[in-house]
Amino acid sequence: MLSLGSGGGRSTKPSFVSYVTPEDMKIKEKEEGLKRSKHPDLLPGEVVFCSANHVLKYTLEDASQRGVYGTLLCTNFKIAFISDETSSQETAPPFKNKLLRQNDIPLTCVDHIYGVNDEKKKLIIGCQVKSKYPSKLIIQCKDLRVFHFSLIYAKEEEAKKIFQGIVHHSLEPKSLKCVFAFSYCETASPSKASRKRSRTLMFETKEDWSVELDRTKGKCKVSSANEDYVISETLPQFFVVPFAVSDDDILRFHGKGIPFWCWSHHSGCALFKMACLPAIQEDGISQKYMHRMLDAVTQDQLYPVKVEDLSSCLPALQDLQLSYNKFKQLFLIDSTTEFWVSDMKWFSSLENSGWLEIIRQCLMKAVEIVDCLESAHTSVLIVEESCSDLCCVLSSLVQIMLDPYYRTRSGFQSLVQKEWVAGGHSFLDRCNHLYQKEKEVPAPVFLLFLECVWQLFQQHAPAFQFSETYLTVLSDSIHIPLFSTFLFNSQHHRDTAMKPGHPEAQRSPLNFPSVWDWSLQFDSKAQSLFTNPLYVEKPIQDKTLRKTAHQKHQRQLSLPNTLSKPSPRKGFFKEETDNLKKIFLGKRVGKWLNPTDSSKELYESWQRKPLDYQGLLLPYLDGPAIRVWIQRYLRWVPEAQIFGGGSIATVNRVLELAGEIQNLQKEVERRSCRMDSSIAWTPVYSGPPLCSRLSSFPFTAMHASSFRPAIPSSIRQSLGSVSSLADKEDDDSQVSGVL
Amino acid sequence: MEKSASSDSLGSKPSSSRQPSVDSLSSSSTSRSDRSNHTKPDPSSDSVSTSTNFSPELRVLRDANKLAQLEEPRLLPKESIQDMAKDVTYVCPFIGDIRGTLTVTNYRLFFKCMDKDPAFVLDIPLGVISRIEKIGGASSRGEVSYGLVCKDIRNLRFAHKQEGDARRSIFENLMKFAFPVSNNLGLLNESWRVTKINDHYELCDTYPAVLVVPVNIPDEELKKVAAFRAKGRIPVLSWIHPESQATVTRCSQPMVGVNGKRCKEDEKYLQAVMDANAQSHKLFIFDARPSVNAVANKTKGGGFESEDAYQNAELVFLDIHNIHVMRESLRKLKEVVYPNIEESRWLSNLESTHWLEHIKLILAGALRIADKVESGKTSVVVHCSDGWDRTAQLTSLAMLMLDSYYRTIQGFQVLIEKEWLSFGHRFQLRIGHGDKNHTDADRSPVFLQFIDCVWQMTRQFPAAFEFNEYFLITILDHLYSCLFGTFLCNSEQQRVKEELPKKTVSLWSYINSQLQEFTNPLYVNYSNHVLFPVVSMRHLELWVGYYIRWNPRMRPQEPVHQRYKELLAKRAELQKKVEELQREVTSRSASSSSERAGSPARSITPIQTFV
Repeated sequence: MLSLGSGGGRSTKPSFVSYVTPEDMKIKEKEEGLKRSKHPDLLPGEVVFCSANHVLKYTLEDASQRGVYGTLLCTNFKIAFISDETSSQETAPPFKNKLLRQNDIPLTCVDHIYGVNDEKKKLIIGCQVKSKYPSKLIIQCKDLRVFHFSLIYAKEEEAKKIFQGIVHHSLEPKSLKCVFAFSYCETASPSKASRKRSRTLMFETKEDWSVELDRTKGKCKVSSANEDYVISETLPQFFVVPFAVSDDDILRFHGKGIPFWCWSHHSGCALFKMACLPAIQEDGISQKYMHRMLDAVTQDQLYPVKVEDLSSCLPALQDLQLSYNKFKQLFLIDSTTEFWVSDMKWFSSLENSGWLEIIRQCLMKAVEIVDCLESAHTSVLIVEESCSDLCCVLSSLVQIMLDPYYRTRSGFQSLVQKEWVAGGHSFLDRCNHLYQKEKEVPAPVFLLFLECVWQLFQQHAPAFQFSETYLTVLSDSIHIPLFSTFLFNSQHHRDTAMKPGHPEAQRSPLNFPSVWDWSLQFDSKAQSLFTNPLYVEKPIQDKTLRKTAHQKHQRQLSLPNTLSKPSPRKGFFKEETDNLKKIFLGKRVGKWLNPTDSSKELYESWQRKPLDYQGLLLPYLDGPAIRVWIQRYLRWVPEAQIFGGGSIATVNRVLELAGEIQNLQKEVERRSCRMDSSIAWTPVYSGPPLCSRLSSFPFTAMHASSFRPAIPSSIRQSLGSVSSLADKEDDDSQVSGVL
Repeated sequence: MEKSASSDSLGSKPSSSRQPSVDSLSSSSTSRSDRSNHTKPDPSSDSVSTSTNFSPELRVLRDANKLAQLEEPRLLPKESIQDMAKDVTYVCPFIGDIRGTLTVTNYRLFFKCMDKDPAFVLDIPLGVISRIEKIGGASSRGEVSYGLVCKDIRNLRFAHKQEGDARRSIFENLMKFAFPVSNNLGLLNESWRVTKINDHYELCDTYPAVLVVPVNIPDEELKKVAAFRAKGRIPVLSWIHPESQATVTRCSQPMVGVNGKRCKEDEKYLQAVMDANAQSHKLFIFDARPSVNAVANKTKGGGFESEDAYQNAELVFLDIHNIHVMRESLRKLKEVVYPNIEESRWLSNLESTHWLEHIKLILAGALRIADKVESGKTSVVVHCSDGWDRTAQLTSLAMLMLDSYYRTIQGFQVLIEKEWLSFGHRFQLRIGHGDKNHTDADRSPVFLQFIDCVWQMTRQFPAAFEFNEYFLITILDHLYSCLFGTFLCNSEQQRVKEELPKKTVSLWSYINSQLQEFTNPLYVNYSNHVLFPVVSMRHLELWVGYYIRWNPRMRPQEPVHQRYKELLAKRAELQKKVEELQREVTSRSASSSSERAGSPARSITPIQTFV
């Protein structure tokens, strides 16, 4: 049933228990002596805290009490279950993570733990002294997996220890230094040389920013005012601001109220973001200051500017968290019965969670901003309290819609580095890695961004170089406590943590891996699944040109402003800008335009043209167009697996064809150089039959033989109000007429 | 002529290599039944003359290389080559493996090995073949093996390389031409017979003229069964599993009434249906209705089979609601989607229409049927009240799941012709063609629901159907358009009486004349691949491309096939190149081999054909 992965199980002995029911346990206990403890493949710096043998892991597929016996361990990295069964390569998922095996749960990936005693399910909360342990443990993970472990067959003290260990290490507050990345990096010391960052810009240096400015032809400057974090610990060392912003301006409010450049439109207008000024400032001072900043953004009235205050139009972080919690619950399913019961009210449950609506709002806001930049050639300044939460979502989405570079893998990764990592998104606090409730405000902000990107992806798949699987894996990686990308609240935070200020750390600064070092997690074969085979590349001739030379092509499909809107008169926009300033300074900007009206023209002119995947990309926002990210949310739910189908079937088909073409190409080459008639040629696609894959490929594996269709268990439905019609006979002609 | 109207109505295009007679069970033809199960097809018969449609590759081969011609049999008039495979191994029980070329025509199987001297030849009329079986899975050499059981006391075994999926196995073609009658019934076996009792629609005026019934029920008993079944709609064979012999049989409800009337002929009949399948000693009767409605029907003389009267039969209610509920649901759906969608309440509004819930129930019912037949190897009987609405939905969907033939464009046309048109779905009444009485309670979107279910399946299995979404929309558009005769009238009898096949054009001829438009480029024919869709709301979605297509904001998404089509074009181009190179090679080797006098003729490298 389970795979131990390569070399995972030292045991070469045949297993003596497989699929036993609890009743078979007595026999098993006699063989107790034969048991020996097992250890998983430990990563460098990984230490086992505690372990328990004879833990039964229920196999959820049949919802019965059947399961697999094995050892449950808790290390400083993960909770691991190692089956007593000998490993069988066949059942291993095709998509192997080098850091984690099928039944490994990183400690930071644990979402909730329930204890079950006498059929009663109780949420386990950390920091409570536990002398008793439950007979059954349900672990819900942040990547939506659900594990059921029974502890009743384990030795009492072992069971108690493992329970306490798991609760302590995954549910209780800890310090940052306890995060596994620290012990990993102290031991592993990954060689810098081998780490080729491919073409992902990290935005840690002045040069990266300059490259980005050049690429977009932005008319701003790179500022080093915060070098060595002299001004602010939340800001990166380098960032880009309008020319008119001086170092003194930046110093004045420690970086607050400064318009940071994000991206420049080819028309010259640009996207900026800004953190709110501290409220205590005297009105007069801040008003004057803000005036200057807005003038700086307009580049001496060259471009009008529109201010978007996100706090007034998008949900608060707490709402985000609440909504996601409700939404997520819909996919954490304990049993087949629960699956079919919840199926009946599926759509209203989805709606009640509000999560899809939040996604829609974000996309809609992003379209409004795109509209400003694209049709009105107006610069946009996004304002948010800290300018590091929804600000990041919006600014990145706008860039993905407008600039095809960000739809390539390296472009996308650069974007995340630019807007999120350098932009100072508080990953540590938002992901709740340390479980410090009072300090952290957990909210799935980055996930929300990935969700929005997925919506764009599912609507316009050929526009993206990366695949759905890539996005799903990225969303999983947030919860692996190893990557500097997701472990810190700011670059300063990371830099100080990496310093050898730690008493024991004697050597050079720690070198945390970035999540973009995909080879840490996946071999190259698995990584090939990150590429979207449907991607429509740029015309080939562009490849020979330099990156900066791409601009013309990239933007050729931008809408000429004459088509959609008359050229803005400067005076008019100046007025509007002043007006905006007033309202902005008067605190919050209300809703400016009816969102559907404002972008209607943009949509119309966009729809009139044939869709160019290398041009402007707009999401469809109507209810039916916003969907559930099936791969991410349903991949572990056995009842929801489509055998031989799902969106992955399309991808597989394309890959298959690509393989055939490759073979043909080789054949042509071979034949044209050796005109030998005796060559036997077999252009057969090699690999498993694609029709026997599950829709959750590559995340789960299942054999054709073991597949049974899921028949709804409760056929009876909730058609309450139709009784009068339901009682009617199908036809007016009576049946008795036949007799 | 046997082909007559009905095959016209299927628009048998000469370019299509499919058997034109596949639709004949659903046709008005009365000469159908005179062909017994395994008779050798008359080469002069129109039904098998799929014209001389050599594939261009074959023609090229023949022109380019005279040696190749020797590998083919000399053809009879109107005989044509249907398929050809090189490097097929004949596993001879006497002299061991022989490698050669296998040719299938509409008349014979022809195997020739030219490595031997004299050349080894097998020449067998297809009519001799009694059974074709696949033996085992693919071997280590990637070969698949087939056994042919012949009526002349021989068994032949062939093995050939498993080729790319783009190409149908030669044995599938063999199957097709060896058993023309069985083609849309799977394989008819000795337990079933074709009856002419309904020749003049006297037994049942809503059934087709040709019916397939258990072999041991004589026509006299059929009449008694007809009297016991509503509208005389007796249980008749819809589909038979090619391996397990499990069947799908459809009928109307039994006229049990409040007193629990019984009919021993009917009981015997269902027993015969069960006995026809040796694999299982059970029969499942699927009553599409909710049990309450089935019980209520007793007061009107109808009802359902009691498990007392029908030994070994298990009755299952599928809880699918009647036509009135469905009509109401569609009305609500229209309110929700047209003209505008209320964004914030979209999902709960959608749920309140119950439309997808009905779709789910229908698919769930079909899934249970398919599961029983495929996984349980059990025969099933399906009925509702009259057996022309829900029953048609269920049997046709189950057949789509079970049989990949129905997932082709032609196969789907046959499915509609058979399960819907010939078995008397009352299109006229349900759609109300030309009738101003829009509140007519007989109207109901039963067929629309079926197409919606098919669409849901195409969504879940994007590569399993030869047709695309546009094909389904086109069918629905012409369901109402009355431009074609296909969906006019209520039954085959009426259509014959109105001489519709003569007076009108079939929708299928229109569709088949522009197949490119309706073809799904992703299609792969995985043979014997049963589809089990997931009938959960999590995977069902509203068919935006149909129901909301009038909303300008729901511009149909650009098909993601663009890249795919590019790849297809590239592949075709490369194939051409390879073939050109091959032709050079063969002509060179032909000339060189003639130069080298005395050297044995070399086997010709096969030309691989795709698509």
